Amino acid sequence: MKTAADELAALRHVASAPPLDVARLRRDFPILRQSVHGKPLVYLDNAATSQKPQCVIDCEARYYAELNANIHRGVHTLSQRATEGYEAARDAVRRFINAARREEIVFVRGTTEAINLVAASYGQRFQAGDEILVTEMEHHSNIVPWQLACEHTGALLQVAPIDDAGELMLEEFERLLGPRTKLVALTHLSNALGTINPVQRVIELAHARGIPVLVDGAQAVAHLEVDVQALDCDFYAFSGHKLYGPTGVGVLYGKQALLEAMPPYQGGGDMIRQVTFRKTTYNDLPYKFEAGTPNVAGVVALGAAIEYVSGVGLEAIAAHERELLTYATAQACATPGLRLIGTAKHKASILSFVLDSVHPHDVGTILDYEGVAVRTGHHCAMPVMERYGVPATVRASFAAYNTHEEVDTLFGAVRKALEVFR
Amino acid sequence: MPDLRELYQEVIFDHNRKPRNFGRLAGANRSAEGVNPLCGDKLTLYLKMADGVIEDVSFEGTGCAISTASASLMTESLKGKTEAQAQALFEEFHALVTGSDGTQAAASLGKLDVLCGVRDFPGRVKCATLAWHTFQAALHDETRPVTTESSP
Repeated sequence: MKTAADELAALRHVASAPPLDVARLRRDFPILRQSVHGKPLVYLDNAATSQKPQCVIDCEARYYAELNANIHRGVHTLSQRATEGYEAARDAVRRFINAARREEIVFVRGTTEAINLVAASYGQRFQAGDEILVTEMEHHSNIVPWQLACEHTGALLQVAPIDDAGELMLEEFERLLGPRTKLVALTHLSNALGTINPVQRVIELAHARGIPVLVDGAQAVAHLEVDVQALDCDFYAFSGHKLYGPTGVGVLYGKQALLEAMPPYQGGGDMIRQVTFRKTTYNDLPYKFEAGTPNVAGVVALGAAIEYVSGVGLEAIAAHERELLTYATAQACATPGLRLIGTAKHKASILSFVLDSVHPHDVGTILDYEGVAVRTGHHCAMPVMERYGVPATVRASFAAYNTHEEVDTLFGAVRKALEVFR
Repeated sequence: MPDLRELYQEVIFDHNRKPRNFGRLAGANRSAEGVNPLCGDKLTLYLKMADGVIEDVSFEGTGCAISTASASLMTESLKGKTEAQAQALFEEFHALVTGSDGTQAAASLGKLDVLCGVRDFPGRVKCATLAWHTFQAALHDETRPVTTESSP
């Protein structure tokens, strides 16, 4: 006889997304068909940038072949069509992260520019002695813009530590939230460790003290479902190119009231209402922050990427990647002489490791020889490397199109590196 | 297609496992630092110069097999050379690993020739040349750390 728990489990099974048809999905990515050094390409550098499906490539090409014109300017038909394509992508982004309003979606070059925008604009209100709180696991792009803001204003950068597993030490974090803290900036998903941060809890703790929170979602958006209203984050930054979209385009989400109160980031065309030499008034959101001709083709193609990801289903992608990570982690733990860097309880997509006897750079070359593309180096997170006392790590990072066989190839290549260097 | 064994020759493994002239040099009168942050290579080079001759040389630091072996081999080949001879050797070595000398290695390079495989791995040339650029900096008493990575 079925128990209630069984029934619940069965229900959950029905409710959860059907497994990915990875073989079919791979056919959408033309680049995956190629060989490297005579071996099939095994692309495991998705945390650096993901590959693009044909529909995204076609979308960008079609934009230039059929739609290209400057936006928000001409009355001519092409300009109107280009504008419609551009603004439709804004609506797609709004739905994708469940923002309340399209005015809260600002197109930028990428996560880095999104964070720089907030640091340069919102950061103008910082005063000497104010504090900005980041975590020890941040990417350089969520450290350096704040250091620049500190240099300009005399504010101080505070750093919440992580433990040996690579998890944010929440009590320490809470202890560092003080009356002088004016902003918290942290990553949703660590690019060097794979740690998923408890951003919901962090935001609750910060908001309880009236402190706004910026979330760096560069890694997260392609692997976790993001709902900015449920999170209640004040800013959320991400890039298109890690989300199966083109390079050179990204998004800053900001709560309307905050964006309204912020001074412009750059001046130029499109961001103004009226210009005289005496006084200039600024455009409404989001255009106030979109000076100059934007990456229209990129934005339109980002819309296509979001449509693609939504069609496949982030839940199904996440479940598949979770399986791959579990499978890869088990193989890593069974490899003598391999040390995982980042063993947090909640992780996604990223497996960072070092080998006792082989420097990451040598591992990278030997893996490349086997057709396996991984990132080796400090992953733009030098403080993380310092924390673990390693100069660099090898990082394999998974996407929707990766397979269990590719994980086997990765570890076959790792064993080869260990043999070569024995 | 480049062969992995051309890159990782036995001599390179040997010098990676047991780097020669490794450690701080007592009596050194010049030194310089080399850092390739992207790969995580870091080394300090020590020189003991007397009358324009490299009397002794050593290095310490961490790096990949190519960079460690290259530094180790370099120290062996530099000992006893005059500044001019060392400069000539640097240029020959640079031509060897960047492939700008055709296919024949200059006979004067001796053991350094084992690093010729690097030319087929453009991403690794900077590993092989870090020690040499650091040596140049030490020779010219430059205080800024040297890097052979062009991007940050």
